[in-house]
Amino acid sequence: MNAMQTGIRKTLVIAATLISIGAVTGCHKKASGIDPNALGPAPAPPAAAPTATITADPLSIDLGQSVILNWRTQNASTVTIDGIGDVNTNGTQTVAPSTSTNFHLTAKGDGGTTEANVRVTVRVPVAPTAPPPADNDMGSEAAFHENVQDVFFDYDSYDLRPDATTASSKAAAYLTAHPAIRVVIGGYCDDRGSAEYNLALGENRANAARTALVNAGVPASRLRVISYGKEKQFCTEENESCWQQNRRAQFSLDK
Amino acid sequence: MLRLKRTPLPRHAYLCRLGVLLLLLVGASALHAQEGFKTETSSGVSNIRIAVADFKPASADPQTSAFKHTFDSTLYADLANAGIFDIVSKSLLPQATPGAPAEIRIQQWADAPTSAAMVVFGNFGVQANRITCNGFLFDAKNLQYPQVLAKQYNEDATDDSARQIAHRFADEIIFRLSGGSQGIAESKIFYVKLTGADKEIWQMDYDGANQHPLTHLGTVSLSPRISPDNSRLAFSSLGRDGFQIRMFSLVLNRMVNFSAAGGTNLSPAWSPNGKDLAYSSSRSGDPEIWISDTSGGSSRRVTSFRGPDVSPVFNPRSGSQIAWISGRTNLPQLYVMDTDGSNVQRMTDGGYATSPSWSPNGQFLTFAWDRKYGPGAPGGQDIYVMEIATKRWIQLTHDGGRCDFPSWSPDGRHIVYANSPDGRATHMKIMTMLADGTQKHELTGAGADMPNWSWK
Repeated sequence: MNAMQTGIRKTLVIAATLISIGAVTGCHKKASGIDPNALGPAPAPPAAAPTATITADPLSIDLGQSVILNWRTQNASTVTIDGIGDVNTNGTQTVAPSTSTNFHLTAKGDGGTTEANVRVTVRVPVAPTAPPPADNDMGSEAAFHENVQDVFFDYDSYDLRPDATTASSKAAAYLTAHPAIRVVIGGYCDDRGSAEYNLALGENRANAARTALVNAGVPASRLRVISYGKEKQFCTEENESCWQQNRRAQFSLDK
Repeated sequence: MLRLKRTPLPRHAYLCRLGVLLLLLVGASALHAQEGFKTETSSGVSNIRIAVADFKPASADPQTSAFKHTFDSTLYADLANAGIFDIVSKSLLPQATPGAPAEIRIQQWADAPTSAAMVVFGNFGVQANRITCNGFLFDAKNLQYPQVLAKQYNEDATDDSARQIAHRFADEIIFRLSGGSQGIAESKIFYVKLTGADKEIWQMDYDGANQHPLTHLGTVSLSPRISPDNSRLAFSSLGRDGFQIRMFSLVLNRMVNFSAAGGTNLSPAWSPNGKDLAYSSSRSGDPEIWISDTSGGSSRRVTSFRGPDVSPVFNPRSGSQIAWISGRTNLPQLYVMDTDGSNVQRMTDGGYATSPSWSPNGQFLTFAWDRKYGPGAPGGQDIYVMEIATKRWIQLTHDGGRCDFPSWSPDGRHIVYANSPDGRATHMKIMTMLADGTQKHELTGAGADMPNWSWK
């Protein structure tokens, strides 16, 4: 330790000498300037400023989990971390902050002071009364049905009508804004014709509605298709307005 | 369906009866349906005139009377249903009730007014909770050696036993007098029973007796199809992910595994060797015909056209063809192809065709057809039979309301189907008729649909 301090002192003396020489000779850019190498015994380099880095792994944790801090400094004589206190110049420490924290490291040395920062984010679970985060938002049932409206089909057809195509864009926009929503698309037919054929037709209807949403940007993984054929009816009278009610692709929240 | 080489009886008496059957089916195809012709069982040839005596009670057990009544009425109905007999009215029978060959004076039965060609008689008793029944079939025109058939039955004393004994004896009689065609009195019919909002799979005897549930799944189950050996029942059932093929073992009396696939899977059909199942599956998007093994493995796609493909049925004779319904040209039409998907042939020329069933001899298809289907069109959905080779058809039901799901009997001479007089799905009931459209009668009340006749 003594030797080191002696060295530092010697270095300082030499540095002071050099500075004074520089002051005397001025800062002229001269090839004939004093060559330090020519000045007798080799002088020590000037005291360098400290360097410091601090990292945390991981950078974000859930409440109750811990983080490993890892810091490295050079040319520092004392190193402190706020909230922890004096620490070794290089080291690691495990911490478990209860809230998101800035770990502020100060490294002091003969060359000056350097600071380093790392922020550890702590995810604190929200209280049950708190509103859910946006990406879990299923929206209300009413809003869903207002924006994602059932589509209706002509008899024995599973082609989307023009109005259904428009409705699909609106539905897709709503679903894109509510990425947590998963949808069941039910395919339905009126009660005329064969039960078996109508199940296949209902499948095609639900698939047509699904394809329209997928083409409008809704991931297929969020859409589930079930054909009910003519096994579930919305309306049981035998007339065209009722049959029309039954020829549909119905959208429901897949809960 | 008619094996002409088997005529175990004296030819002079029965060849004409074969003609009846030939006319019934061959005649159906040979005549031009489009000209409005309707086949008749009586066209030029008479049925066998048969006298069916009530059996003689053979014991004093108090149960005898009730069970014997079941037996007598079942036997009578089986022979009447067979479609090859002209049954002598009971008021024209001789007074005496013979119970054994020694007690019958056959000449009495051959003479007017009975004028029977054949006589069925026997005795029926209950002893120690067992039914003992001896049944005889006598040829009234062969006075020297009149006995054609003698059978003895011994079963538990239950009403169902009495009925099953009658079915078995009737099948023996029909087998001998129809030129070798197997009777159907022991065959079963599987169907869908409406139970509130659910539909379960039920089973009954061919004559509508003994109706009872097989499944209790509490959901909508459709399209029951019995395996050729009567061991398993395939159907389609609504679960969380839509309709899937399900399998019920009649041997184990419980559900057995059938692998689920993506999409809607419905309308299964057994290959005649019982090793393959064809059905409609939308696992690849569009509903297509697929064939897999009987547990859902080794599946392969057969069709690939845009539009619904459903309701396949194997040619039960060859196993190498499939008839099915396709919506590739919009309204569903009847098609036939080879099981590898080649040789696709359209059979119907318009309208709305559904629910094919292939005749046991491989020559005919029966299906439901609404030839004037469309918005506002007054067309009715009726049962038709088409001869595959010529595509000529006859209409079997007329003005009786909506008809669907025809299914051939094992002997190819009957067709069971669903009918709703006012078209409402909840009013569907199961009817049966001869394959020429005659002798229609109900097997169930309202709330029964999608009948499927066993293969034997």
